[in-house]
Amino acid sequence: MKFKAMTALAGALAMVTGGALADADDDTLTINEEIEIITKTDAPAYIDGLSELISGWHFRSDETQQLETDDFDNPGMLGVEAAMEVWETADGSEGKSCADCHESAEETMVGVRAVYPKWNDNAEAVWTLEMAINGCRTERMGAEAWKYDGDDITNMVALISSVSRGMPMSVAVDGPAQATWEEGKELYYTRTGQLDLSCANCHEDNYGNMIRADHLSQGHTNGFPTYRLKNAKLNSVHARFKGCVRDTRAETYAPGSPEFVALELYVASRGNGLSIEGPAVRN
Amino acid sequence: MADGVKPRVKVPKKAAAGDTITIKTLISHKMESGQRKGKDGNLIPRSIINRFTCEFNGKSVIDVTMEPAISTNPYVEFDSMVPEAGEFKFTWYDDDGSVYETAKQIAIG
Repeated sequence: MKFKAMTALAGALAMVTGGALADADDDTLTINEEIEIITKTDAPAYIDGLSELISGWHFRSDETQQLETDDFDNPGMLGVEAAMEVWETADGSEGKSCADCHESAEETMVGVRAVYPKWNDNAEAVWTLEMAINGCRTERMGAEAWKYDGDDITNMVALISSVSRGMPMSVAVDGPAQATWEEGKELYYTRTGQLDLSCANCHEDNYGNMIRADHLSQGHTNGFPTYRLKNAKLNSVHARFKGCVRDTRAETYAPGSPEFVALELYVASRGNGLSIEGPAVRN
Repeated sequence: MADGVKPRVKVPKKAAAGDTITIKTLISHKMESGQRKGKDGNLIPRSIINRFTCEFNGKSVIDVTMEPAISTNPYVEFDSMVPEAGEFKFTWYDDDGSVYETAKQIAIG
């Protein structure tokens, strides 16, 4: 009997440590010893399922967290550097580079990442940053559109994101964007695939718990594009959505599809108030 | 030369004579192990950085043999004693024969 009691105790201990590992920690994030990052804040009123917003950064191990605290250590900054060169390079029939219109990204792009996805009056639709970049390329530069979730565009989004780090996410959920936001909310709570899972089943009901060998976060977009150690490259929001939906064993929407744009707007709005971290480092 | 290779190094600008400093280095490189198969079923040829060295004023600080299991964008961090002002020279050797070099000055003060 004593033996049985001891195994039961060991089992209980294992569960406690397992839970402690998966839960969000109380560390604080400062990048380059100057950019203070808000990684926990109160949830906006229009979010029913969460009371506190927690950045995915809190769910990672100390070693992974540390990679994000210094630009030299952050492998995502390699993508940012690559995009800086592209920013200055003319492309397309107009012979223009990004810099010809937008000058220095460090100045003109500050705050842009915080408000996207956002309603575009001319297109009469909600646009993601990727759509805005490709809009510039095809309309103003006379260049070919980049593949929606390819490396070129993801690096460029990382550059635009990096200059807004520390600023709180603040996408608009009302006005002309509201219909798209509602559509995104619908998708968020819709179960898909053979496993019959919605986004909310994991990221709202079970954040902090383990999903097989990994931790479930709240699934915010503030850290995107995200450098994932598993594939050693920057990952865009839609590529991540695709991976998630695929994992429910469903046929996924395409990156750049209206469904994913709506979902991105809704998911981004769930993180309103968290600081932009992109390019963040995750597992 | 493999695509997109770019060395990056972080060395303090100055140190006191005899101080030990931390040096961080990173080179963007795909580090293809030579064990993966491509879409056509054939092996993708190995293409890695196989050696990394650091010298201070011509004297060896570190000399690393690198193997295929090292992942993309190899990051090497190490400490060095700084006896005098001078130059750290960093060299990476690619499988294809390319050599990538960069150098950093350090002052005493």
